[in-house]
Amino acid sequence: MTTRNMIQAINDAHRVMMERDPDVVVFGEDVGYFGGVFRATEGLQKQFGKQRCFDAPISEGGIIATAVGMAAYGLKPVAEIQFADYIYPGYDQIVSEAARIRYRTAHEWTMPMVIRSPYGGGIFGGQTHSQSPEALFTHVAGLKVVIPSTPYDAKGLLIAAIEDPDPVVFFEPKRIYNGPFDGHHDKPVTPWAKHPASEVPDGHYTVPLGKANIVRAGEAVTILAYGTMVHVALAAAEANQVDAEVIDLRTLVPLDLETIVESVKKTGRCLVMQEATRTSGFAAELATLVQERCFYHLEAPVARVTGWDTPYPHAYEWIYFPGPLRTKNALKKVLES
Amino acid sequence: MNNSPPDRANRPRLELHVPEPPFRPGDKPDFSFVDVPAAGSAPRPGTDAPAAETWPLTETLVRVLDDSGQPVGPWDPRLPAEVKLKILRDMVTVRIFDDRMYRAQRQGKTSFYMKCTGEEAIATAAAAALDREDMCFPTYRQQGLLVARGYPLKTMMCQIYSNAGDPLRGRQLPIMYSDKPHGFFSISGNLGTQYPQAVGWAMASAIKGDSRIAMGWIGEGATAEGDFHSALTFAAVYTAPVVLAVVNNQWAISSWSGIAGAEKATFAARARGYGVAGLRVDGNDALAVYAAVQWAAERARGNHGATLIEFFTYRAEGHSTSDDPTGYRAAGEAQSWPLGDPIERLKQHLVGAGEWDEERHQAMVAECEQEVRRSQKEAEAVGTLPQQGFDEIPSMFEDVYAETPWHLSEQRDEAMGEAREFLGHEPK
Repeated sequence: MTTRNMIQAINDAHRVMMERDPDVVVFGEDVGYFGGVFRATEGLQKQFGKQRCFDAPISEGGIIATAVGMAAYGLKPVAEIQFADYIYPGYDQIVSEAARIRYRTAHEWTMPMVIRSPYGGGIFGGQTHSQSPEALFTHVAGLKVVIPSTPYDAKGLLIAAIEDPDPVVFFEPKRIYNGPFDGHHDKPVTPWAKHPASEVPDGHYTVPLGKANIVRAGEAVTILAYGTMVHVALAAAEANQVDAEVIDLRTLVPLDLETIVESVKKTGRCLVMQEATRTSGFAAELATLVQERCFYHLEAPVARVTGWDTPYPHAYEWIYFPGPLRTKNALKKVLES
Repeated sequence: MNNSPPDRANRPRLELHVPEPPFRPGDKPDFSFVDVPAAGSAPRPGTDAPAAETWPLTETLVRVLDDSGQPVGPWDPRLPAEVKLKILRDMVTVRIFDDRMYRAQRQGKTSFYMKCTGEEAIATAAAAALDREDMCFPTYRQQGLLVARGYPLKTMMCQIYSNAGDPLRGRQLPIMYSDKPHGFFSISGNLGTQYPQAVGWAMASAIKGDSRIAMGWIGEGATAEGDFHSALTFAAVYTAPVVLAVVNNQWAISSWSGIAGAEKATFAARARGYGVAGLRVDGNDALAVYAAVQWAAERARGNHGATLIEFFTYRAEGHSTSDDPTGYRAAGEAQSWPLGDPIERLKQHLVGAGEWDEERHQAMVAECEQEVRRSQKEAEAVGTLPQQGFDEIPSMFEDVYAETPWHLSEQRDEAMGEAREFLGHEPK
């Protein structure tokens, strides 16, 4: 057991898998000698050589397309896209190719590949370094979409993603790379070293894809969240002394519907949270599923806490960011209906 | 688990080649292997010459200033002293501006900054060679275009501070300027996107029978993006009146230019594959930059087609304020770069020609410093980034569409309610 922040946990997941499986290769912009702009791949090239960890040209389309080719050979490529905002040039290769090759070839070819990318705001990144595009990928048949919220989960989920036989889009909440954050713009991140979730086992373990985590048990309302929003949800529940059950979804596809339904049937109320823009976001899917499966148990309409339907602004990011205040007001609505 | 290849002992074992820069931290940089042809040695074809006539120029370097600062050869643009002094002053202003804004970021007054140290000639001399009406599609190290075209420094700084004087209303990252009247298209953080857009603008100009041309910029790293190849294809197919610059400054964050393909071919040489004209130019020689852009602009204006220009230069500073180049680059590389400092080279030339002297230079530097400081004071009086974000909240919901739809109006009201609660008073 070692205390690790999320970046170190992700780095360790790569190392564990590269040691175990010679078919795992890691590449992307700046990931080789320098170890990535966020240091997620630091030391991997030195340990495993340039044949297995290398810098890629600035070509997200090229990175993802060559990962498809590597997966077709039988390797397990882990491709880093430096910011999720840069993933769009590779979108066609993800959506039309990686996601569908198993289906269209009647599983003669499979795509055991992982696309890792930091997502989300709260870092003064403006509109091209802060987006949360997960819904664009959950909408695509054939992809799995994973978003961790703790160092422990980040390592276990990434290992599970690398071992998964299908393409996985793995979005990392960069606002909490260094520690959990409650959404207050004037409060710093708490370092993971001071947080129990920073205890990360050494060596190999997995957190299974498709299994949510009840991070806080409660009876009054179910809060569904993932990534950075898990920490905002916990902070809002504590600050407002709400007996909320907070569920960290961990993977959006496949979704742990059973845990969600069981919880909402118990609490009778549900709040869904995402940092992404509101319209057609994953929160809309969650709200619909809850309505479909728990309608007769609901005491109030399902509420949403989301970013606004604007591009992510630079100066106004704390007005954009769905923080504890927006969560508090939404909780109030759900609890008082 | 192990996907071992079949054992075929009689065949060579394949291996991946991953380019490495010649020096890494701890090494002593020595650029003696870089082929620097003599200034004046490159021929200058007519601007209506077939593209193929330029292709030998994609393998050499168009240079005008020799080691002693003398302009030599057919590319000497024979500029009047005032044009050269204007370029010199613009370069000096840009460097001082960069230093002040870099420091402002370190002081917490803004979130981010990117310097163009060592590359100042590329934007400033290009601006001098273009018509004022030509449209620029820059990437993020062409602040010299705005400076050269007389855009107010204070407004540039207000954009950097995201304050109430920011014409982009706090929406863009610092340095991602946009100004239509100054012919400066909005910068994107996604790389290479503006390159085919420059071609599209030029195509539109041709469709309308206009006389204005476009110029686009891209870094050598981003030439790997598909957009680079779309730009060249469209430019070639439609003989678009466009000048396409590749700024090869050797580094894309930590990735050496070899990762973009520099080991195998020059970036200028890519012009050949598309059938457009190509030039490879000493990017630290302001007169060569001017001459090349002037040549390509004249070619475009005469309906003779696009030109791909590689400006061979060196990124003397880190990628941005978020970068630490000591982690991947040998110390002293910038000082060892064989093409020198563009400001020093143009100054040496002007002094040698009797058109300038040390005393006037120092006075000019002091004036530029004063101007930058004065602008900074004025901009900071409007505000710096940490104070922004609560002053004009409704503006955040404007300009998403021409008319604000119901869902954005609702969200604006929600945001105002939140801000009221957070601030404890009515926000503006």
